[in-house]
Amino acid sequence: MTARPGPVSGAAPAPAPVSALERWRARAARQGAAVLIAALALAAFALLDLMTGPSGMTPGALLQAALAGPEGSERAAATIFWQIRLPQLCMGLIVGASLGLAGLLMQTILANPLASPFTLGFSAAAGFGAALAIMGGALVPLPLPGWLLTPALAFAATLAATALVWLVARLRGTAPETLVLAGIAVMFFFQSAQSLMQFMASPEVLAQIVFWLFGSLLKANWVAVSVSGTILLACLPFLVRDLWALTSLRLGETHAAALGLDVAALRRRAFLITALLTAGAVSFTGTIGFVGLIAPHVARALVGEDHRLGLPAAAIAGALILIAASVTGKALSQGAAIPVGIVTAVAGVPMLLAVILTKKGV
Amino acid sequence: MPESLEITLPALHRGRARVLAPCHLSLAPGEVVALVGPNGAGKTTLLQAIAGLAPERARLCLGGRALDRAEIGFLPQAFAVRAGLSVLDCLLLGQREALGLRVAPRLIAEAEALLCQLGLADLADRAMHDLSGGQQQRVLIAQRLFRRPKLLALDEPTSALDLHHQLEVMALLRTQAQTTSAPVLAALHDLSLAARYADRVLVLAGGQIEADGAPEAVLTPERLAQHWRIAPEILRARDGKPVIVPHLSPALVPDR
Repeated sequence: MTARPGPVSGAAPAPAPVSALERWRARAARQGAAVLIAALALAAFALLDLMTGPSGMTPGALLQAALAGPEGSERAAATIFWQIRLPQLCMGLIVGASLGLAGLLMQTILANPLASPFTLGFSAAAGFGAALAIMGGALVPLPLPGWLLTPALAFAATLAATALVWLVARLRGTAPETLVLAGIAVMFFFQSAQSLMQFMASPEVLAQIVFWLFGSLLKANWVAVSVSGTILLACLPFLVRDLWALTSLRLGETHAAALGLDVAALRRRAFLITALLTAGAVSFTGTIGFVGLIAPHVARALVGEDHRLGLPAAAIAGALILIAASVTGKALSQGAAIPVGIVTAVAGVPMLLAVILTKKGV
Repeated sequence: MPESLEITLPALHRGRARVLAPCHLSLAPGEVVALVGPNGAGKTTLLQAIAGLAPERARLCLGGRALDRAEIGFLPQAFAVRAGLSVLDCLLLGQREALGLRVAPRLIAEAEALLCQLGLADLADRAMHDLSGGQQQRVLIAQRLFRRPKLLALDEPTSALDLHHQLEVMALLRTQAQTTSAPVLAALHDLSLAARYADRVLVLAGGQIEADGAPEAVLTPERLAQHWRIAPEILRARDGKPVIVPHLSPALVPDR
C-alpha cells in the first residue's frame, strides 16, 4: 500500500487567497459602515439638541410644534421650535461641517496635522471685523442693522486676511511653511488690532465684543443659516472635483507634482475654499475653535486618507462635535446655555493632546 | 515603428549659478540611459527640468508631438512618504486621472498584478508610513510604472535598496523599457550598476554633458580620475561588463 500525498488528517484546508479587489471592497464596506454609524450618531445628537433647552418643553410638545409648522396655533412652542431651536441646530450642522471640511483641507494642503482654519489667522480676522462693526455701530448710526453688519464685516475681514496671507506667501512661492508663517503674522496683526479695540471700547461695547468672540449658536437665525448653507453647498462641487488630487497630495508635494498634479493651483483653490467655508461659519457664530483641528483626525481614524470618504467623514465629525458641544453646553447650564465655543475649546485640549501623543504619519 | 524621444534642455541654473549648458538628448525606444557625474554636476536639476519641476523646463518631443508633464514618470531623489495611504492606494494614484468616485475593478486587478510582478504583493494593505525606505522606494517605482509613462526619469532609484533589490529593480527597469518601448533615464551613483544595466552612459561634469556613449567607452580610468578624483581599478565581470573598484587617489590621502 502506498501513501498518497494529501492534507494531514484533521487539518483544515488552507483558505484560498483573497484578491486585492475583494479586500478593497471589504475595506470600502467597513469604511462606509463607519461613516453611516457617525451619521446615525449625528442624527441622534441632533434630535437631543432639539429636545434640550431652557424652556423645558417636552418631546411631545416639540413634535406637535414641528408638525403644526411655523404658523402653528401654539405660538410659544412654534416660536421656540421654528425660530430658536431648529435654526440653531441647522447652524450647528452647517458650521460644524464647514469647519470639519476646512480643517481637512488645511491639514492636507499644509501637510501638517496640527493645522486648522484658525492657523492662518482667519478667526482673528473675523473677530476683528466683528469688533469693528460692534464698535462702529455704537459710535455712529450705520445703514445696516447690527445683526447683519457684524457678520458682514467679520466675513469681509476674513477674506481680507486670506488675501493678505496669500499675497505675502506668494512672494516665496506659496510653500506650506511660508503660508503658515504668513498666517501667523496675519493672526497676530488682527489679534493686536482686536485687543486695541477692546481696550478702547466702553464696558457695554466690550461685553458685546467678548460675547461675539465666545462663539455661540444663539446668534443663529434663518438668514444666517441660508448664507452659511449656500456657501457650504457652493463649495462642494469644487471639493468633489479635487477628491483624488487632494488624496495624491497626501503623498507629499514632490510626488503629487511628479504625478502631473498642478500643486500650486490645487493649493490656491483649496485655500480659497477653506477661507470661504471658515468665513461662512464663524461670521454668524463667532470663534469656535478645535472643531477644524479635531474633525479631520476623527475622519482619518474612521476612513483613512482617501478623500472620497474623508471629506464626508470630516463634515459629519465636525457637525457631530459641534452639536455634542451644544447639547453639553445646554445640559451643564440649564438657565443660559454655555456657548459652544467654550465647550469645544475645553473638550479640544485633551483631544489635541491625544492627537499629538498618538500621531504616526502626516 | 517607435520613434526616438527628443529632449531639448535650456541652460539650467541652481539659484544664480549655472549648472548645465543648453543641450539636446535623443533617447531611443526602450533604451536605458544612466546619468552619472560627481555631486553637484546637475543630475537632479536636469531630471527636474525634464519632469517640468524646475524653473527652466525641457521640451520633450515624441514622434513630432510635444509630451506633457503628466506623461513622464519622474521619481525624485527625496522620496520619503509619511502618509497612511495603503500601498495599493499609492499604486492606484499612479492612474489618478482615470480614477472616479468608484474605482474600476480592472485598475485594482492591474495594480495587484504589478505588485505581484515586483514581489510587493505582501505589502499591498500596509500603510506607506509603516514601510522601510527601501520598500517605499520600490512601491514608488511601481507607481511610476503603473502610470505607463512615455519616459521614466528616475533620480537615484536604487539609493535605499539592498544589493538584491538593486539588481532586481534595474533588471525590471530594463525589461519594462524593452516591453513598453518607453526609455529610462536614471541618475546613478553606482557606476558598476550603470555599466551593467545601461545601454548608454551620460557623464555630467563641468557644466555640460562631458561624455555620451556605451559604458565601456565612457567609463575610462582617466575620466573617473578627472571627475570623481579617484584612482579606479576596472575589472571585468563574467559578462564582460566593467566593474569599477574605487580607490582614493594617492594625492588625496592625507599624510599620517
